[in-house]
Amino acid sequence: MAINEQIPGERIIEKFPGGEIILTKSEDLMKWAKGSSLWPLTFGLSCCAIEMMATGASRFDIDRIGSGVFRGSPRQCDVMIVAGTICVKMGDCLKKLYAQMPEPKYVIAMGNCAIGGGIFYHDTYSVVKGTEELGVPVDVYVAGCPPRPENLLHGIMKLQEKIKNAKQRSPNTDKK
Amino acid sequence: MQNSEVLIQIKNRFPDLAVEETPNALVIPKTALLEVSTFLKSEMAFENCHCVTAVDRKDKMEVVYHLYSFLNHFMLTLKVIVTLDDLAVESVSCLCRSADWLERETFDLFGIRFVNHPDLRRIMNPDAWSDHPLRKDFKRADFIPRPQSQGLKG
Repeated sequence: MAINEQIPGERIIEKFPGGEIILTKSEDLMKWAKGSSLWPLTFGLSCCAIEMMATGASRFDIDRIGSGVFRGSPRQCDVMIVAGTICVKMGDCLKKLYAQMPEPKYVIAMGNCAIGGGIFYHDTYSVVKGTEELGVPVDVYVAGCPPRPENLLHGIMKLQEKIKNAKQRSPNTDKK
Repeated sequence: MQNSEVLIQIKNRFPDLAVEETPNALVIPKTALLEVSTFLKSEMAFENCHCVTAVDRKDKMEVVYHLYSFLNHFMLTLKVIVTLDDLAVESVSCLCRSADWLERETFDLFGIRFVNHPDLRRIMNPDAWSDHPLRKDFKRADFIPRPQSQGLKG
């Protein structure tokens, strides 16, 4: 086998000719594994959830990048995709679910509502103006109303990039 | 079936009642609400309470009931006027179970108290809130009004 053969963990894992020995740092390997199996929390709040479902279905196939395992419990999740409008009452629930997720945890704000209130910014009494307003740190913003599935996939790949290039063990610890 | 036909029936049954007919609705005095709606349900087949809501007219409030008759395929709009110093009206949830949650919603958004309601709590907004969002005088620190638009020119 050629030494410059394309392998999944490119730039992280070095492969020796013959293919029996690979050389890497344990931290890099962990980051690679972490980024390649981001399990999202099933957290659809409104219409963006429909796009999130479409992303999960066969046409767009989120499983290609290892994020297809939508979990019903926050304790088994790595990433919370906030897909939709956050109402005031849901805000407390969101904070609780975020607190229940095990470290390292990431948040993707999907759609304009989750970013900053979106069309509900003006003249509404019941909508939280974005995920950051609740004190939940957001790693990736995916803009759109709603974003297309490709857009969400791009957001997840950006998050993978962020994880692989992170200096610290968890990007969340340095934020606090 | 038309509003005027219902009005005639109500007039026949309650000769002393001051019922007002507007183009789309019948306005009845607050004190007679339970009597009239009992009559409408039992004798005129308005068995479905379709919608309960309110209108803030600034100097007074209107409580609006949409009653539907499956027999006659007719929707009647019944209105009751309440004054701002006494925002209370008799609950019709004893007649229609559907009015239960609709009245809770009206209480939540307009602050109208329904007397003898089985469980008058806020239905959607947080219990800790003390204000009522659909009132005209609703104001809050984090409430951002829409800026005045200049239309297509602006």
